[in-house]
Amino acid sequence: MPTIVVEVMPKAELLDPAGKAVASALHRLGDTPFTAVRIGKRFELTVEGEVTDAVLAKARTLADEMLSNSVIEDVVSVEVAP
Amino acid sequence: MRIGVVTFPGSLDDRDAQRAIRLAGGEPVALWHGSHDLDGVEAIVLPGGFSYGDYLRCGAIAARSPIMSEVISAAEAGMPVLGICNGFQILVEAHLLPGGLIRNDHGDFICRDQVLRVENASTAWTNGFTVGQEITVPLKNGEGGFIASPSELERLEGEGLVAFRYVGVNPNGSLDDIAGLTNARGNVVGLMPHPEHASEVGFGPDTPAAMRSGVDGLTFFTSVLQHTLARV
Repeated sequence: MPTIVVEVMPKAELLDPAGKAVASALHRLGDTPFTAVRIGKRFELTVEGEVTDAVLAKARTLADEMLSNSVIEDVVSVEVAP
Repeated sequence: MRIGVVTFPGSLDDRDAQRAIRLAGGEPVALWHGSHDLDGVEAIVLPGGFSYGDYLRCGAIAARSPIMSEVISAAEAGMPVLGICNGFQILVEAHLLPGGLIRNDHGDFICRDQVLRVENASTAWTNGFTVGQEITVPLKNGEGGFIASPSELERLEGEGLVAFRYVGVNPNGSLDDIAGLTNARGNVVGLMPHPEHASEVGFGPDTPAAMRSGVDGLTFFTSVLQHTLARV
């Protein structure tokens, strides 16, 4: 069955304390080229039947209205998994 | 006066809220998240806890539970609704109050007796206080950082919708030290600290007079009784 993947990230201007905690742990591990970590969410929606434009539109609405909160997060992608 | 307390899967402080209502002189009524029946109550408390394990976002799933469609309609019609901690998060997710609540800026869960300043004493739940009064109630949360866009924050401040502010310590990085909000009508109030845990001598925060003797939180519940009596 096809899958639609929705990705949600905390807004860039907001503190991401969980990401910061992971970043500081990385730095404690020593030599790292990574300067920052941000943590978001990935949702996999299993679709019964074909992914039509209407189904994709429904996933986008769901992503905006329930899977994310626009005050604190941005939906960064809604795509059919290859 | 019958005051409903909604129990969601993962609510923790529903019985404490019921107890505070009883101590204030009201009649607590247990309401269930999966029902559409408000059982004739005249006010509603959404209690603290970790509804649905904080899955998705704190309060997000509870805000879409069956009883919330009735709570939202009742709130829009003017019924007093108080959201405490997770209840505040539910009110925000249900769009009954603006802004959002995110993980504490320092990343830790915090539990302390917290001093608050009353900023709005004309709501259904705060009319027994005076503006500027400082009260102490327990605070216990991991995701209590209040945020809103700069324009929204300006509107909240301009319209007097900040109900409570943290005093002394900002425990979670909340913008403008905001601990609680009201809607414009004053019937919907939400805050992160827990007034129901400061409502009975022997079980509240310490005061200069005696250990655990703080009962500042009781005024939330006597206020709503007063508000409802005044309307009859």
